[in-house]
Amino acid sequence: MLARANPLLPHFTRTTAFRLMAAYVAVFVTVAAVIAGVILWQTNQLLIRQIFATLRTEAESVQDAVRQRGPAAAPDIIAERSRLSEGGLYFLADPQGHKLAGNLNRWPPELRDQSGGLFRYAATTGEQSRERVAIGIPVALERGQRLLVARDVEEQRQFIGRVRSLFLAGFGLLVLLGLGGGLAASRLILRRIAKITTTARSIMRGDLSRRIATSGTGDELDELSRNLNAMLDRIEQLMAGLKEVSDNIAHDLKTPLNRLRNRAEAALREARSAEDYQEGLERTIDEADEIIKTFNALLLIARLEAGAVDESKEIFDLTALVRDLVELYEPHAEENRRKLAFEAEQGEILVRANRQLIGQAVANLLDNAIKYGGPAPDSPNGGSASDIEVRLSRTEGGVEIVVADHGPGIPALDRERALKRFVRLEASRTRPGTGLGLSLVAAVARLHEGQVKLEDNKPGLRVVLSWPIPAMLERPETKVAVSQTRIAQ
Amino acid sequence: MRVLVIEDDREAAHFLQKALKESGHAAVVTHDGEEGLEAAREGKFDVLIVDRMLPKLDGLSVVRLLRDEGDRTPVLILSALGEVDDKVKGLRAGGDDYLTKPYAFSELLARIEALSRRSDPQQEQTRYVVGDLVLDRLSHRVTRAGEPITLQPREFRLLEYLMRHAGQVVTRTMLLEHVWDYHFDPQTNVIDVHISRLRAKIDKNFEESLLHTIRGAGYMIRAGKS
Repeated sequence: MLARANPLLPHFTRTTAFRLMAAYVAVFVTVAAVIAGVILWQTNQLLIRQIFATLRTEAESVQDAVRQRGPAAAPDIIAERSRLSEGGLYFLADPQGHKLAGNLNRWPPELRDQSGGLFRYAATTGEQSRERVAIGIPVALERGQRLLVARDVEEQRQFIGRVRSLFLAGFGLLVLLGLGGGLAASRLILRRIAKITTTARSIMRGDLSRRIATSGTGDELDELSRNLNAMLDRIEQLMAGLKEVSDNIAHDLKTPLNRLRNRAEAALREARSAEDYQEGLERTIDEADEIIKTFNALLLIARLEAGAVDESKEIFDLTALVRDLVELYEPHAEENRRKLAFEAEQGEILVRANRQLIGQAVANLLDNAIKYGGPAPDSPNGGSASDIEVRLSRTEGGVEIVVADHGPGIPALDRERALKRFVRLEASRTRPGTGLGLSLVAAVARLHEGQVKLEDNKPGLRVVLSWPIPAMLERPETKVAVSQTRIAQ
Repeated sequence: MRVLVIEDDREAAHFLQKALKESGHAAVVTHDGEEGLEAAREGKFDVLIVDRMLPKLDGLSVVRLLRDEGDRTPVLILSALGEVDDKVKGLRAGGDDYLTKPYAFSELLARIEALSRRSDPQQEQTRYVVGDLVLDRLSHRVTRAGEPITLQPREFRLLEYLMRHAGQVVTRTMLLEHVWDYHFDPQTNVIDVHISRLRAKIDKNFEESLLHTIRGAGYMIRAGKS
């Protein structure tokens, strides 16, 4: 028996399937018993009423006959009826209670004080004497004579009894079948669950690659298994991510921390004058600031990956935000001999998003483009090729921000990796900055249910940041007031 | 000015007290929320520096209680929590500014100096004058020694903010937050280029420079030696 043999599983009587079936059977049988009982009782009552009616008719006919032929003829009448009638029972007694005529031996003791009802009598056929049941009513005749008119109902009683045992047998069968079915069903389910449990145990032991086998029938257990598998995929992904994160944090923070330590040591070792110490300390602080920046970026990405910053979403004009950012970076771009070209369709593009995060993402894209978007060393046309185009446009059901440069770009193989959380391409590690810019952009996009695509700008890199907007937003009046006061300050 | 520091990290509090004293400010230090609240109620302070996570009574509650009692003393909230939501919560509780740990002392100093002036009613004036540089907020005109200077809208706001805080250090982050409304790290010192453009417009061709770079801190606009 699998259910007993497997220690991981509960006893089958404790399974949901079995309990449900048992409860169902219990309720069904109870209800059926009540219904059957009521029907039986009603049938019985009906039969008894009919017999009473027959008895009353008979009593009346006896009374008529006695009235016609006179009270003295009563014993003859009864004797005659006793002989002829089939199933009819009679007992005629004088006022003292002595038998005058009839086929019953005695006045039934059950009916002494009653008007009529059930009684038992002994029927003799040949040698045998059997107790039978009959219904009778007493009839008062003239001169104090008393007559009992009765009818044998043993047949009916037996019929009702048979029906009752039939019902009981049926219910018994029902209970057996129900519990048996429940048992079979729970076994079947237990066997399937045993598979899931075994897989779960081995996953708990550390083998995250295990998956639950599905039966292929597409039933609810398969559905559950599929969902569990999907959950396991996500967990595995997260675990891998976490490992990657800790590896990268170790690399991204330990390297500059080491540099910081080296600088401090060098200052201690080499410094001769107060100025040397000052310089050493200042460089240490600069290094610490870089570490803080990296740390903040890592923390922000981790928080975005965890989701839930919905509270801080607001409605704002994306065009204004991007235009302002381009304006902010323009002088910086010019210093690096790049030109920023901004292009957007007319009018406002209202979005509901986290303004600061979108701002940070666009800032990162601009900063990256200015930093890395320079013409490749072997580029034939160095001058105009360093233009950076920024384009903002509405797409079907969303918005799209494109930042395209004419620099060396990112090789196709590295593009996907560049977007992965916490990944820095080797090239970026040697340059200033945290090098986490694109990872952060990707995290911001994911948070807004959008995406980032890296494309070839031939030559250069074309980054497309897009996210959906559910519907056209109306500018809320209060927001206008707020932004106006901010400007007025 | 008199500053109350409510910070449970004794070393950090001591460092703040010392650094504030060196900058010419008197600082009182308390180490938990209840003590801090008492001190804030009793003493007359120009600025409160309140750490967010404090024993006994957290920083936001201290600020909220003071505000409920009608105390309008400017408050700078210090916190290790630096996300946008945390900032919003801090400012909603009645804080006037929010600074994330780890911070540079120069940044903190610049911010509390800006805060202490904020309660000054003269800040809402319509004309700012620094030396011979005049900015008229109503007509949006800027002149130096009577000669008009043409500024881009953003440059105008940049100068306006600097002039409102004339004589005080204004950090790059403060400029980003107040002139651009950006509460994020722009990766590079984009502000510097804007400042040098502004400087070219207002200081070039004049003997005296008004817009100064304060090394390791930020910028200051001021006339003469002070």
